[in-house]
Amino acid sequence: MAHQIIATSRSRTGIPTGRLAVWWVVGSEIVIFGGLIASYLLNRFLHGSWAQEAAVTNTFIGGINTFWLLTSSFFVILGHAASEQKDAKKTRFWLWMTIMLGGFFMVFKAYEYATEIAHGKTIFTNNFWSFYYTATGLHGFHVLCGMVIMAIIAENDIKKERNWHRVENIGIYWHFVDVVWIFLFPLLYIAK
Amino acid sequence: MAGKSHPSYFVIYVWLVILFVISVAGPEVADLLHLEGGNRMLLVLTTAFGIAIVKAYMVCAYFMHLKFEKIYAPYILLTCLALIVVFFFGVATDVMKADGYNWEKAYEEPVATSGGHHGDDGHGAQVGHDDHSH
Repeated sequence: MAHQIIATSRSRTGIPTGRLAVWWVVGSEIVIFGGLIASYLLNRFLHGSWAQEAAVTNTFIGGINTFWLLTSSFFVILGHAASEQKDAKKTRFWLWMTIMLGGFFMVFKAYEYATEIAHGKTIFTNNFWSFYYTATGLHGFHVLCGMVIMAIIAENDIKKERNWHRVENIGIYWHFVDVVWIFLFPLLYIAK
Repeated sequence: MAGKSHPSYFVIYVWLVILFVISVAGPEVADLLHLEGGNRMLLVLTTAFGIAIVKAYMVCAYFMHLKFEKIYAPYILLTCLALIVVFFFGVATDVMKADGYNWEKAYEEPVATSGGHHGDDGHGAQVGHDDHSH
């Protein structure tokens, strides 16, 4: 008698198990990044010196990186739309375009880090820069993880025309990474 | 979620880019209009954080499909968001106030000097030492 796999086939909420798991991941990420941002706001309200430190950050690179992430969010949703039509070629194309923009983000971020470190602004300089490197570093790590997972889905699943739902799941994660940057950008680059 | 009608992704994307440009232009416009103090803060906060909230809503609602998702997903996210609000206001009472009913905060924020340097610990704690009088 064949056994039915319960964990991935039942759906009490009406949400497929994989997608529900991603929502829980996003929920836990809200607590992680939300805690960081809340701590930043408290310090920013209390210490006037933080505004002066924020004036040093490169708004141009922060802005360009915002554009890469917004556009990559658009690309991954096009990949999702293509996956719903079971179009493997289009889905892989948009996934790889998203990965490419994620790569652009990382390259610009690396250049920005290098410039700031060259000007003596390291994670040990003061509390503002400790927060800056912690928040943007953690966010950059999430971008990197998203790129790797997306590449695996593109080459291991979509190329073999299976597990189409994973495109939507990684898309939800990627959009959340975009949302985090939407808040980090004004906090670190605009409010000076 | 397939088959449910939603606005054009491209239209949402264009709106996101327009809002992004406005958020970057906010401080520049404040400089052009020579706004100072409260007016400048109001303009920058509105264009930066007001628009960030709108952008985040658009990404969540239409790109993440939260608007079309079963209600459990928004419940999960809003619960986690509520925890952050509790954390913020729970900690803020200690951080932002100098004293309370049963406690007193010994640390005092130093008054910033006109030189603008606030010491190396990010708290401005060494402001008093910047005059090299020691």
